[in-house]
Amino acid sequence: MMSAQTYEVGHKLDPVSYKPLTRTDIVRYAGASGDFNPIHHDEGFASKAGFPTVFSIGMYQAGLLANYAADQFGPRNVRKVSLRFSNQVWPGDVLRCSGTVVGVNATPEGQQVELDLSCDRKGEDGSEGTAISATMTFLLPKSAG
Amino acid sequence: MSYQFPVEQGKVREFARATKTRDPAYDGPKAVVPPTFLTHARLVWEPKEQSPIPGLGFELARVLHGEEEYVFHGPPPNVGQTLTVSTRLGDRWEKQGKRGGVMRFAQVVNEFRDESGALVATQTSTLLETAKRGS
Repeated sequence: MMSAQTYEVGHKLDPVSYKPLTRTDIVRYAGASGDFNPIHHDEGFASKAGFPTVFSIGMYQAGLLANYAADQFGPRNVRKVSLRFSNQVWPGDVLRCSGTVVGVNATPEGQQVELDLSCDRKGEDGSEGTAISATMTFLLPKSAG
Repeated sequence: MSYQFPVEQGKVREFARATKTRDPAYDGPKAVVPPTFLTHARLVWEPKEQSPIPGLGFELARVLHGEEEYVFHGPPPNVGQTLTVSTRLGDRWEKQGKRGGVMRFAQVVNEFRDESGALVATQTSTLLETAKRGS
């Protein structure tokens, strides 16, 4: 998505919530990325390792969060993604992505926009927390489209 | 040491859909890669003997992925490019664990270069080994 729109510090992106996480979501990402650590899809393996069940691949929710911002600012405009993993994500969790513009710089090539982003989880048991926090930088070209 | 990483149309589409985006920029013979797609290079294309991770001496059962960073030195790469990836260890440090013991941190840096040798992207993964229980 290209746009001639300019952004201001403090601008909040519309949050997006996803359907409750399924084991199929995890397995589909495992196949797409090549991460076949059994802790993420094999119930027996996960319980032997001391976990109540399988849990999501951190880079899955990282992908959701980075795409959430890139869908709005343009995948070709991404210049930097920094992700910090906090809480694990479990089947049944509802993930919610949100973000705020925290920096805007005019550069010769266009407007550089810095974002603070968060992917938060809410579990079926009512527990909640931040799964991923991130910063991203986009360079929005001067001419639209 | 380095290895080749072909950016494939079907893989980009599959990855985009698995991470819940339908942006048309991820479709077609010149599709751009999603922001976290390069994670796939290490998992699928890296020759085992080139991985610096075993050399860390971390106990795998205690290893967590702490942080991940991608810096693109221009627009992210496109389908049809074959990138050359080189891997090295970055910074390493230790921290006292909250419940005693020592946490060890290590950065793994992957550099992605295009056919002309220009640096396209730098990926930095921060891994940590949690403190030994009861130590």
